[in-house]
Amino acid sequence: MTVTAAFFYLFATITIASGFMVIASRNPVQSVLFLILAFVNAAGLFLMMGAEFLAMILIIVYVGAVAVLFLFVVMMLDVDFAALRQGFLQYLPVGGLIGIVLLIELIFVVSAYVVDPGLVRTPAVPIPAADVMTNTEALGHVLYTRYFYFFQAAGLILLVAMIGAIVLTLRERVGVRRQDISMQNARTQETAVELRKVPSRQGI
Amino acid sequence: MEFGDILLAVAIMLGKSLLLLVALLIFIAYALYADRKVWAAVQLRRGPNVVGPWGLLQSFADLLKFVLKEPVIPAPANKGMFLLAPLVMCTLSLAAWAVIPLNAGWAIADINVGILYIFAISSLGVYGVIMGGWASNSKYPFLGALRSAAQMVSYEVSIGFVIVTVLMCAGTLNLSGIVESQNTSLGILGWYWLPLFPMFVVFFISAMAETNRPPFDLPEAESELVAGYMVEYSSTPYLLFMLGEYVAIMTMCALGTILFLGGWLSPIPFAPFTWVPGVIWFVLKASFLFILIAMVKALVPRYRYDQLMRLGWKVFLPLSLAMVVIVAGVLMVTGNAPGVR
Repeated sequence: MTVTAAFFYLFATITIASGFMVIASRNPVQSVLFLILAFVNAAGLFLMMGAEFLAMILIIVYVGAVAVLFLFVVMMLDVDFAALRQGFLQYLPVGGLIGIVLLIELIFVVSAYVVDPGLVRTPAVPIPAADVMTNTEALGHVLYTRYFYFFQAAGLILLVAMIGAIVLTLRERVGVRRQDISMQNARTQETAVELRKVPSRQGI
Repeated sequence: MEFGDILLAVAIMLGKSLLLLVALLIFIAYALYADRKVWAAVQLRRGPNVVGPWGLLQSFADLLKFVLKEPVIPAPANKGMFLLAPLVMCTLSLAAWAVIPLNAGWAIADINVGILYIFAISSLGVYGVIMGGWASNSKYPFLGALRSAAQMVSYEVSIGFVIVTVLMCAGTLNLSGIVESQNTSLGILGWYWLPLFPMFVVFFISAMAETNRPPFDLPEAESELVAGYMVEYSSTPYLLFMLGEYVAIMTMCALGTILFLGGWLSPIPFAPFTWVPGVIWFVLKASFLFILIAMVKALVPRYRYDQLMRLGWKVFLPLSLAMVVIVAGVLMVTGNAPGVR
């Protein structure tokens, strides 16, 4: 299929190019926007593989929520990335050396990694054909049956992380006037407004 | 597939999209007119009545006026992004209409995850706002963008839970499938608005907050907060922002119609009423929701920002979460849950 191939190369090229622009662009806000472009194109790649549910969730979660927060933080922080890059050439030899060592190690690890052929032949849960079951349904069937405890554990970890973040940023300040909604709603005309007869030239 | 076949398929797709786009834009021109007329009628004014008979051509006159004005781009603005923001807003809100089924089998793309697609597209709408506010390079648009981005992100959460409850009853993520699952012999009483009435109310209010409609129009509260993220915009870019907003409102009306009001189904499920084409029912129902939204604009004073956030996070979120659990429980106990074997 030439059309499929053309779309694959389109999405893949844009993903990689925008991934490069994330680290190359001078303006951090533009970096985040390129990151979003990379996410959207990755979602396009997912769609081409038939993983429609993952594609949409990628957009909803990463682009719609996570990247918005990134953008907020980057816009508010006002970090001058040009200043951070000042000593770039000075540190380039050391950084480049570390990068090359890491790259070589990764190549060794990945090239020596072999998937056990026994695993490929016997998947724990048979994968249904795409026309029998949509992949949303198929994911739900394994997630809520076989991997139920792992799924719940992941949820609990997220909950703990959320509570942790709230506890870390919660500051008790004294002397802050807070709104009490029930008290606001309990106010009536009688308790809020007082009608006075003001005599002329005297005031209250 | 032959090259000719592919070309033909693309041409048909383009034709359909263009037809839907034109119909949608004309419909929105009159929705805008209806919006202003309803608003005027509630306040005992006449509303637009000069351009054309009964002012029917007012929206087109406004369009011409917007297009012919001079676009002003502030000198310190980030020009590319300044112009990109309204385009993003408008394109994204129009893109959502690709999956909306106006009648049985009329959706341009009848995809399996239609509702997720709409949710994803509408969650992207916030970028138009943030980019516009940031690229203006000025304090008030930036503050306005932060305010409205926070608002849109907050109400997305409760809309998500509303959608989850409907999906649990329907058992499918396909929009046509959701409408079909409401096709019972009960007619209007079998649609989801009745059994899920609290969620319908939550959806209606959240839809207004999500699309920055009054009484939640804090992003552009022109009388007290200047005009939010749109302060620096003029002419066609401003028009695109406003158009994107109205398209988003119509999308929400259409989504409400599909989720709760039975889409293209006839309210009374026997002979003379079922002869009426489904698309007419769809448009009538969506217009009904739109008139309701227009009435709210005229009747309800604007919310304070802290009240808005409290409503989203402390009232709607717990309520919709509880409803998800309750609906799931009821479906399991009564054995009505679709797709459970």
